[in-house]
Amino acid sequence: MDYVIQELKTLFSGQNFEKKRGDLLFATLDTGVLVQALKHLRDMLGFRHLVLITAVDWIEEDLFQITYLLRNYTQKTDVGIRVFVPRSNPIMESIHTLWETAATYQRELHEMFGIDFPGSPRVNKPFILEGWQEIPPYRRDFDTKKYAEETYFPRPGRKTHDPETYMKQKLYPDGTES
Amino acid sequence: MSNDDLKKRRVIGPDGIEFEVNPMEDYFCTERPHPESPANRILEKFFNWARSESVWILGYGTGCGAIEMRPLMTPRFDAYRFGIQWRPTPRQANLLMVSGYLSVKTLKRVIRSYEQMQNPKFVMALGSCTINGGMYWDSYNTINRLDHYLPVDVYVAGCMPRPESILAGLEELKKRIRAGKGEGANAYIENLDWYKANQKKIIKDWDMPDYNW
Repeated sequence: MDYVIQELKTLFSGQNFEKKRGDLLFATLDTGVLVQALKHLRDMLGFRHLVLITAVDWIEEDLFQITYLLRNYTQKTDVGIRVFVPRSNPIMESIHTLWETAATYQRELHEMFGIDFPGSPRVNKPFILEGWQEIPPYRRDFDTKKYAEETYFPRPGRKTHDPETYMKQKLYPDGTES
Repeated sequence: MSNDDLKKRRVIGPDGIEFEVNPMEDYFCTERPHPESPANRILEKFFNWARSESVWILGYGTGCGAIEMRPLMTPRFDAYRFGIQWRPTPRQANLLMVSGYLSVKTLKRVIRSYEQMQNPKFVMALGSCTINGGMYWDSYNTINRLDHYLPVDVYVAGCMPRPESILAGLEELKKRIRAGKGEGANAYIENLDWYKANQKKIIKDWDMPDYNW
């Protein structure tokens, strides 16, 4: 994996390299060089498979993190590329020209996080949520529980227990834990 | 189906003749359905017995519950000995089996399937997801109570219910039909406004007729 770190560092000024395992590396890149870097990884370094694209909502930092996970089948290694886009203006370059399957992930991210990928095929069509009118549901400022309780006619009588205390009471009713 | 497909428009047919298409009126019956009254008391008893002995299922396999329906068809549980069989289309079935959680998107399809079934029709809902949302009760997209959108005859509790409990549920449904309580289709028509209001509250892009014949 060291040669991947070298290449990403010298060619694309990658930062924050994290070796999670011997065969799994994460790196942070600037949004501007992302498409070039992915193309380089795919064509020169053998990371031919786009495993997934996913996003994380860092609401405190006002950022969306988009992670692209790639797989090299000959070396049996994975590399994850992270980019950060501002939460107020979440636009990212589409990579459907590199992998056609990326269009589906980008459509999902557009629906669930509201991250726009201009030019990606069918990116504005509803994917799972038909006729959604709220803010995108995977954003952390969307209150899922409140929305569900207001919308979906909750059946009264649901009880919730804290798992730890409930199981303690159930298994050790006299308070001895052995 | 997107909204554009349902708009009134002019099209040119394969023979070159231009004509107007209005899908909402051409493809669907816009007349409001009306409840069906029983033939007479004695005949209806016989009919109900016959209905209870031939329950034909339209399986709507959402979630994990569809897995538990497959063993029912095998010799081990063999639901066919009770006159129960699975049918491929709504037109041939009289029991809609909803086998798990429903999202807003799938609920729309369930409503369409249910309304296309012939009278008399029954609904059986499997699993705690259809009863109160189950483990997905606080999700942004999962409905909590199916009986607010369709008239449910029998709920089978469990997460998921085993084939034995589904068989017990089917027995319970047969008892209801024989007792003349399987009037869900009529109840649906009589309370159509309430059901439609509930359905339209969560299905925001309502792009189908009010009742899909």
